[in-house]
Amino acid sequence: MPLVWPLLLSCALFGIGLYGVLARRNAILMLIGVELMLNAVNLNLVAFDAWWGDALRSGQSLTLFMIAVAAAEIGLGLAIVLGLFRATGSADVDLAVVDTDEQADGAR
Amino acid sequence: MVELTFLMLSGVAVFSALLAVSTTQVVHAALWLVLTLGAIAGCYLLLGAEFIAWVQVLIYIGAVVVLLLFALMLTRAPTGPDSATTTSNRNVAAAVSVLVAGGLAAVMVSGFAGERLAPPRGGVGSAASIGHAIFGTWVLPFEILSLVLLAALVGAIVLTRRGPERDNGAHGDVLERAQH
Repeated sequence: MPLVWPLLLSCALFGIGLYGVLARRNAILMLIGVELMLNAVNLNLVAFDAWWGDALRSGQSLTLFMIAVAAAEIGLGLAIVLGLFRATGSADVDLAVVDTDEQADGAR
Repeated sequence: MVELTFLMLSGVAVFSALLAVSTTQVVHAALWLVLTLGAIAGCYLLLGAEFIAWVQVLIYIGAVVVLLLFALMLTRAPTGPDSATTTSNRNVAAAVSVLVAGGLAAVMVSGFAGERLAPPRGGVGSAASIGHAIFGTWVLPFEILSLVLLAALVGAIVLTRRGPERDNGAHGDVLERAQH
């Protein structure tokens, strides 16, 4: 199999995920776009590991680390989204007001 | 045979990813994401990364998508079609992402056009070989990663917990009644 096939698939997935992050209004749907981008990077790592084939299995080990970091990222991201929902009553990032009460209190 | 399967899985992944970022039904986006992640797990299998494929199924499809669905429920996302799921500047977003994907693809093709992948040898991506690599060479990053996960866990708890000064009564009443 040519090496560029998995690489092109990962490029396409990265672009789709970027569109999801830029175009979605719901913060959870933006996180779905972030997940797609992370998966594109993982696919790149696995493809290059299969191509290079070093004894340390660097690409596949890094992919495992990426999956764990992505799990931490989605946990923190959803916690932030729930905080946003609690503060503004919706998960819509276009309706979110940046200047919250605490920032206003801190400025005084 | 492997090449044909890979092309089919690629088609499934791209198609369902497009639907995941464009569907107007919020819950369906998470379910299309499941299909994308499953197709990518199949691609991992074809590239010889057997253990990674099962970790992908367990962590992404098993945990991350369930977390996303939980968050969709907790934020009272509409279950029907929602016209307000995309911003008004989605054409700009589409142009930017097409340009980024095209640029990346041009770099990849110009760099690695003639290279071919050898068919995966047996046992390259098995749990035994990945375990030897991680607990031998990569053991220090592995331990640091456990600290990262712990920090993320504590951070998520701190972020979602109600502070005492922001208590609007209901939670504190329950606590006081429990103490008495």
